[in-house]
Amino acid sequence: MADTPSLYEELRDRIRSDQPTGLCTIIDGPNIGAKLLIAPDRTAQGTLGHPELDRIVTRDSLAELEAGRSGVRHYGPHGQTTPEDLIDTDTVSVFVESFAAPPQMWIFGAVDFTAALAKVAKVLGYRVLVCDAREVFATRRRFPMADEVIVSWPMPVFVERGTVLGPRDAVCVLTHDPKFDVPAVMGALTTRVGYIGVMGSRTTHAKRMERLTEAGLTDPNEIDRLMSPIGLDIGARTPEETAISICAEIIARRTGRKTPSLRDGSGAIHTAE
Amino acid sequence: MREILDDIERWRHNNRRIAVARVVNIEGSGPRDPGASMAVNEDGEVAGSVSGGCVEGAVVGEALAILHGDMQPRMVTFGYSDDEAFAVGLTCGGIIHLFIEPLNW
Repeated sequence: MADTPSLYEELRDRIRSDQPTGLCTIIDGPNIGAKLLIAPDRTAQGTLGHPELDRIVTRDSLAELEAGRSGVRHYGPHGQTTPEDLIDTDTVSVFVESFAAPPQMWIFGAVDFTAALAKVAKVLGYRVLVCDAREVFATRRRFPMADEVIVSWPMPVFVERGTVLGPRDAVCVLTHDPKFDVPAVMGALTTRVGYIGVMGSRTTHAKRMERLTEAGLTDPNEIDRLMSPIGLDIGARTPEETAISICAEIIARRTGRKTPSLRDGSGAIHTAE
Repeated sequence: MREILDDIERWRHNNRRIAVARVVNIEGSGPRDPGASMAVNEDGEVAGSVSGGCVEGAVVGEALAILHGDMQPRMVTFGYSDDEAFAVGLTCGGIIHLFIEPLNW
């Protein structure tokens, strides 16, 4: 029997295929439990009970989905949103739940630290891409946990796909090799990506900054986007500990918490125990 | 929701009635953000979580009451300290608003 899929089945399939989707549910007011399933690439399905309410909630939930936010919004029964319109009228509370596509982490450099970082990033829900120009290193066998492993120089990847990166995404440059680091950093800076981290000792960092200046990076606002050396100053030593320090820094940058980033300190990154 | 889909699908395959509880709002300190979800089937099996483990037991009770009762969706709040409150609270002192409904949509 070829039943049309239920709203739940539509939602399930869209979540599983990482297609951005919003589920709007009346949680208080008339028609409690009524639902509207919204998506940027198709018309809304279901109804909250009134076409005008559906139209306004669709508009609002698409914006919430874009921002990856979920929360409760209040409307009049016909979608009224201004406070004057809501006086002496029943209000409808709608839980707008956003199922955004997972954030992305692009890791440049197929080195020892890459596998550990890819693992931790997967735990945190990232879609992970690993990129290195060296064919022998950038293999699926070395990075089975990554969603994608590509053999390429950095710039073509940013030119072809850089527009998909946004504030929730991260670029981590782990190569220590200026031939690869410099174009990776310059490429990342052309995007809207929220986090750019670059690995290396303080000496490597200083030399790299010289190379980046030669490559044309002089705008202090752009330089300020770089977390270099990458990671929080938690005394991480192993690749796994370093991966934790990087991911913790990404979280802290997103939430705006004051944490000791290696970039903002001085002295040795690794100290003898 | 993403992390409880496999369990939900297994239960659906076995024709179990299912209720889904979702965090819709938190006040003050709360362990999980809006969207955190938990599913309960009519046999009392559980998938997912909506707090740090403080209220899950009570959510199972609410979910079973819905599945074996009127099958009506409802809001449930945990963490108030007045008489209206449920006996269960959050150790973190926050207030958590859940929407619990049967999965019949």
